[in-house]
Amino acid sequence: MYNSNKVIPGIIIFVLIVTFPIWLNHGKAVSAPKPILPEGRCVESKEFMRANHMQLLKEWRVLAIREGMRIYTSSDGSRFWIGLQNGCMKCHHNKQQFCDKCHDFASVKPYCWNCHIPPETKEFGTAKATRLLKLFRIPVDLREGAKPKHGEHGGHGEIDKGGEH
Amino acid sequence: MNVVAALIAVIGMVILVWLGVGVLKLYTLFGVVIPYAAFLTFLIGLVYRMVNWAKSPVPFKITTTCGQQKSLPWIRHSRLESPATNFEVFLRMALEVLAFRSLFRNLRADLRGRKLYYGSSKWLWLGAILFHWSFFIILVRHLRLFSYPVPGPIDLLDKVDSFFHIGLPHLYLTDVAILAGLTFLLLRRLVDAKVNYISHASDYFPLFLIFGLVISGMLMRYFFRVDITSVKELTMGLVTLHPKVPTGIGLIFYVHVFFISVLVAYFPFSKLVHMVGVFFSPTRNLPNDNRRVRHINPWWENVPPKFLTYCEWQEKFKEQLESAGQPIDEDCYKEKKES
Ligand code: HEC
Ligand code: HEC
Ligand code: HEC
Repeated sequence: MYNSNKVIPGIIIFVLIVTFPIWLNHGKAVSAPKPILPEGRCVESKEFMRANHMQLLKEWRVLAIREGMRIYTSSDGSRFWIGLQNGCMKCHHNKQQFCDKCHDFASVKPYCWNCHIPPETKEFGTAKATRLLKLFRIPVDLREGAKPKHGEHGGHGEIDKGGEH
Repeated sequence: MNVVAALIAVIGMVILVWLGVGVLKLYTLFGVVIPYAAFLTFLIGLVYRMVNWAKSPVPFKITTTCGQQKSLPWIRHSRLESPATNFEVFLRMALEVLAFRSLFRNLRADLRGRKLYYGSSKWLWLGAILFHWSFFIILVRHLRLFSYPVPGPIDLLDKVDSFFHIGLPHLYLTDVAILAGLTFLLLRRLVDAKVNYISHASDYFPLFLIFGLVISGMLMRYFFRVDITSVKELTMGLVTLHPKVPTGIGLIFYVHVFFISVLVAYFPFSKLVHMVGVFFSPTRNLPNDNRRVRHINPWWENVPPKFLTYCEWQEKFKEQLESAGQPIDEDCYKEKKES
């Protein structure tokens, strides 16, 4: 083989990259998530829900918000109240033991919960001082006179404390 | 004809999966055995090709250049077009692999009347960039299904790709881009008579195969959804070497997996090896330093050739030269006398 000082490292790098997922997980078996299911039946069949629930949610959103239609008739004729918090979450009370189980596994983070409030968390958490806020020196809690104190600390300290509430 | 053959091959694969999974219920074969076999073929096949290339001697230094080579200090040297050192070779190679520099040139040749005109045309470059980069990003994004917990950068890539939150599940930008790129690359072969003339079935087949792969994937994400949780159970089984086949995944998933398996297994034996071949091209991976560094032909390693000086050669063929009336270099004989 010619240029083996370059070719062999090249081949090793190639094999490492191609097998990356195998050594990343180093052979430990991962079990599928087991979301806790309520008794009875869902809006549609279980198989349909597992594959299509996000599209159903989209449909619901359009029905409720754009068409003002709050009742959904499922394929077998039963009727359901359309709503994320007042629909899905009325049966699936526990978001962490249900939605999150699968979503963690599949690595999806639906942004719905930016606005909609899952049932178990009735309180608003305190906002964290994100890096962006820190960068622009925006105090996290505008209500408490958390304006940066001019003079002594130059404001940095105040914002950092914001994250510790 | 070439087009039809390639298209039939790809449609045949869909029918095969439909028979195998839909009718005969061979889930393990199509979900585990074929993907593993394809992956091994890919890995072993490409390593074999690389070793094979590395074993082939390069008798001459045949760097392709299109710029001023390094010569006298006051003549400006084109570092990228005529690399003189390994570092410059690396730069040129990196730009070629990442930015397809050689496609960003005057690629157009048209006959106007009886004159041939060359001109700038960046469409091929654009189509190739769209296609290759999207394919690469899509591939990396799929690691979401092959790792748990999913590494942050892959999550981030997913977020960036679905940045506009169009629809639910969100539309990936790379899905649009790869369709655009592929459509262009296919139309180019079909519409442009010059390219059409030199296109074989082996050019259309990978195109249709990748089209099938992309379309089955997009159908699966946006239209005929499958249960991604079960899909990830299967893919994680593959990648942790504890294969299992969950029930209830739609047929279209198996079509998708079969397409990628065929693509990957076909890779080492087809024009697709240009992925690694580019690094082994003597026209690209050698510096243009012919005038400073002597390139020893590897053929000579064991059997050094016998060289003849001009005078020795003239001596050998003197009769023939004289009878043909060729001039004889008298200096050869003078020098001999002097020394
Ligand atoms: C009337 C109560 C009820 C409502 C409303 C409801 N579900 Fe369900 N859901 C169920 C039940 C019960 C099951 C278990 C079905 C079974 O075991 O066959 C289920 C199952 C599911 C599953 C499948 C889980 C699994 O692992 O198999 C998903 C996903 C799901 N629901 C999502 C939703 C979403 C999203 C909504 C809102 C659009 C919703 N559900 C609304 C009762 C409900
Ligand atoms: C059986 C497992 C499972 C359960 C239970 C489940 N999901 Fe999902 N969900 C998924 C998977 C997997 C995806 C990702 C699909 C994909 O990537 O194509 C997803 C995606 C979504 C999306 C789209 C997110 C995006 O960014 O694409 C929404 C919205 C969603 N789920 C809502 C819910 C809600 C609300 C619940 C609880 C009521 C729930 N899901 C329960 C498996 C589940
Ligand atoms: C920007 C904040 C925001 C986000 C993010 C958001 N929603 Fe909503 N959603 C609303 C508001 C506001 C309403 C209107 C409530 C009303 O008028 O009753 C609503 C209503 C809905 C409704 C109608 C029925 C009801 O009252 O629940 C559905 C279904 C719904 N959203 C689903 C979703 C899903 C699924 C997601 C994530 C993919 C999502 N939403 C993300 C703000 C948001």
